Amino acid sequence: MKPAPFEYLRAKSIGETLAFLGAHDEAAILAGGQSLLAMMNMRAAAPSHLVDISGIEDLRKIKTESGDLVLGALVRHCDLETSSLVADGLPLLAEAASQLAHPAIRNRGTIGGSLALADPAAELPACILALEGTIEATGAAGTRRIAAEGFFTGAFATALTENEVLTAVRCPVPVKNTRFSYEKLARRHGDYALVGLAARAGLRNGRLEAPRFAFFAAADRPVLARSAAAVLDGEAPDAEIIERACTALREDLDPVGQPGCSAGTKMHLAGVLLRRAVARLIG
Amino acid sequence: MASEIEIRLTVNGEPVVERVEARLSLVDFLREKLHLTGSHVGCEHGVCGACTVLVDGEIVRGCLTLAAQADGSSVTSIEGASDSGEIADLQAAFHERNALQCGFCTPAMLLSADALLKRNPAPSREDIRLWLSGNYCRCTGYHAIVDAVASVAEVRRNNSI
Repeated sequence: MKPAPFEYLRAKSIGETLAFLGAHDEAAILAGGQSLLAMMNMRAAAPSHLVDISGIEDLRKIKTESGDLVLGALVRHCDLETSSLVADGLPLLAEAASQLAHPAIRNRGTIGGSLALADPAAELPACILALEGTIEATGAAGTRRIAAEGFFTGAFATALTENEVLTAVRCPVPVKNTRFSYEKLARRHGDYALVGLAARAGLRNGRLEAPRFAFFAAADRPVLARSAAAVLDGEAPDAEIIERACTALREDLDPVGQPGCSAGTKMHLAGVLLRRAVARLIG
Repeated sequence: MASEIEIRLTVNGEPVVERVEARLSLVDFLREKLHLTGSHVGCEHGVCGACTVLVDGEIVRGCLTLAAQADGSSVTSIEGASDSGEIADLQAAFHERNALQCGFCTPAMLLSADALLKRNPAPSREDIRLWLSGNYCRCTGYHAIVDAVASVAEVRRNNSI
């Protein structure tokens, strides 16, 4: 279908973006548009105004700053795939991006858009959660930082207020001996996940340290599997420990089924992914 | 009122200035305003890939890009890529290997395949399938398409040595 009519506003700065948002109650921010325009074409969204921020060049930067990798809101999925800063510091993001949707979509879709939309099946919110990321949001009162753990508040819901713009996300670049794992199960290449898992852990002498397992498409928001992580923390996982972690995972997740994939199947698949992730983290 | 906007862009090498509705997608702009009907409209939510065109040399979904967003850009559709001869080898291989039947997906399939070969001159068959997973074909079962792309990859590699 075609989208409902709207007014198109091109913002040249964050200040102008905030002014547009303040002036129009039903405005939406347009970044890459790869989810928003699809939702508008299906009339699942019908904003009165689109505020196009894609011309704000400052938001395209990838840089390192006091031990963090800082990604501007307009960094595209294809940029995550090809950036040497990402490859060196947080290869998890490059791996996730390379399996996200399809090349033509990765050429336009942005990390800021993905995080601000907070689709429960989206890949990057879970990655940022696994990486202990912090979201930067700018409003009339200035810029504040929101930890990923408090940012995602439900399906398509975040801690952003109506008159704030997500401007960047920053993730600590881990020290040596850090491992990552990215696992995603989907019916077809590029589809949304049935279940997915982004994981980060330290590894010292075969023992996992402070592992973080962030599941996506397993709840109404990305979820940290704290109980499973507690079982594995400090351990050199053998088959018995991994089974205990999979049992503990049932305390962490309470998946909701979808057509073609029941809640029970999702729970089973989450355990499959946890086993794969642990094998890769210690491998 | 900004529900209409004037855009200036280059389409297949020619400068274009048009006044468009803000909600007009890039693929509808090409088809309905410029009568370039080689780009097709399928699902209109980014799944089927039939609307693939190039914006500043990169493949994009024409249905998930507003014409307004293409202001200042250089757009290439299948008509431009075909007329320039740059994908003639892919077109010939698709023809020779029966890599199309109804042809609806073909223009986008050709542009996507060319983008792959420019990025990865030596793709495996799995690489080709992964890359083209965003372009649906309901006729061929994909096998002949993968054959065609793999054969062109080999010829281009040999020619570049």
